[in-house]
Amino acid sequence: MLDYLNAAALIQASYLVTAFLFIMGLKRMSSPVTARSGILWAGAGMLVATLATFFYPGMSNYPLIIIAVAIGGSIAWISGRRVAMTDMPQMIALYNGMGGGAAAAIAAVELYRGGEMSHTEATLAVVGAIIGAISFSGSLIAFAKLQGLIRKAVRFGGQQLLNLLLLAGAIVCAVMIASGINASPAVITGLFALALVLGLSMTLPIGGADMPVVISLYNALTGLAVAFEGFVLGNAAMIIAGTVVGSAGTLLTQLMARAMNRSLGNVLFSGFGDTGGAATQGTVTGSMKSIDAADVGVMLAFAQKVIIVPGYGMAVAQAQHKVWELSQLLIDRGVTVRFAIHPVAGRMPGHMNVLLAEAGVPYDLIADLEEVNSEFETADVALIIGANDVVNPVARNDKSSPIYGMPILNADKAKNTIVIKRGQGAGFSGIENALFYLDNTRMLYGDGQAAVSQLIAAVKAA
Amino acid sequence: MTGIVALYIFMLAAFTGYEVIAKVPVILHTPLMSGSNFVHGIVLVGAMVALGAATSPLEKTIGFIGVLLAAGNAVGGYAVTERMLEMFKASGARKGGGAKGSH
Repeated sequence: MLDYLNAAALIQASYLVTAFLFIMGLKRMSSPVTARSGILWAGAGMLVATLATFFYPGMSNYPLIIIAVAIGGSIAWISGRRVAMTDMPQMIALYNGMGGGAAAAIAAVELYRGGEMSHTEATLAVVGAIIGAISFSGSLIAFAKLQGLIRKAVRFGGQQLLNLLLLAGAIVCAVMIASGINASPAVITGLFALALVLGLSMTLPIGGADMPVVISLYNALTGLAVAFEGFVLGNAAMIIAGTVVGSAGTLLTQLMARAMNRSLGNVLFSGFGDTGGAATQGTVTGSMKSIDAADVGVMLAFAQKVIIVPGYGMAVAQAQHKVWELSQLLIDRGVTVRFAIHPVAGRMPGHMNVLLAEAGVPYDLIADLEEVNSEFETADVALIIGANDVVNPVARNDKSSPIYGMPILNADKAKNTIVIKRGQGAGFSGIENALFYLDNTRMLYGDGQAAVSQLIAAVKAA
Repeated sequence: MTGIVALYIFMLAAFTGYEVIAKVPVILHTPLMSGSNFVHGIVLVGAMVALGAATSPLEKTIGFIGVLLAAGNAVGGYAVTERMLEMFKASGARKGGGAKGSH
């Protein structure tokens, strides 16, 4: 076929093309107008690189490679096509964990083989191994938590100390391998075992509400691990793509943490809700007052301005299509309707926009926190569907609350606040919501979809 | 590849990643995280090279798992990103550029 030099040069050239396509793809994905084509650019880049790699000089084990690609690819394709939009965050966590695991596997193959490596290569190989392994096991925990397979945040005394010891142990193994003091299979195995356990024990204590930040962080870490292993293999496409994702992911993680008013250190090293619970319950006074759908229907039909605050609960109840139907009815009656989206509505920044887009809600009706917060004072009705912590006024004034300081939507400032809720329980984070007890708040109990259907009927009757 | 050249690549790529994402509206954060998740699926080529050079049964086993996981990252990342962005296109078309609305 191709002689050695030509093949190597062609592969390098194709990786250059791939790097270009990836960067252009990400650039296009960062604007709503071009986003759709962005993934096609990036996909083309992946295809070019993968096909070129089959001609890599000195490759063997082709049957194994093809079988592994076929199995991994088809499982991921089917699961990715079938997953509901509400479950997107945990699927991203899962696919990301797989990438971290693959980076760690590359390091494992290179280290167990024990071939010649420079100190720089060996150092980056072990650092990438640790990061990749943490990202792998940590992402699996993130997936399990969001999927509801693990329901409790697991905490025990001395957890930070344990994590520190695990990290120290992994670093000792890493130094021994990289410096060439002892690169025996036992030490290599120890390195991976410690890093995998560290990923588990780091992620287990983190509550579900903080998971988006953690997934984003692991996404960035996988990128770095890929870049480091790319250096070990002398693969420029991996170095560029991995580093781009590493830095973009770090920025994205910071943006998300800021939106939740949590520092990254806070998310990772202090369990959410440690200071909450008993402390916040004392501050809530009064009782929840219920209302029936017919009254809410009249209230909505004769309002001038209605702000809808959708939360993850709305999407779980599959109510977004009904909510859009209700909104259209109101718009036809001359009511101004706005959707107010908190940065962390849904389970990730932007997740709620995806869910509303799925239902057909146009973007010009959707406003983010800064745009809409001043509008609540002029709204006749704030209709809250499946949102909880993001409208909890204790975030504004109760210093003992774990969500104190988080920017919230000022739904309590509307003339009337209607909360559609399944029951009287607390939110995702388990924090009591003071909004539900306010004088101008009424609770409409029921399943989100059924309740909105009743509202549609009531508005039609009004 | 020499160390200093790799350092240059690291540095420039890091700036590129930062700049590309710096102006992203919140509405695209989830698809973009998913998209960047897909991009690090490039680990597939590394896993293929590692398995391609594996000789012992242990290396082959780990390499096989690596390729399998990497293929999952790349293919799954593409599938979910494409699905999410698909809806953004439809919405823009229906509202005549309304996709730019909230930002």
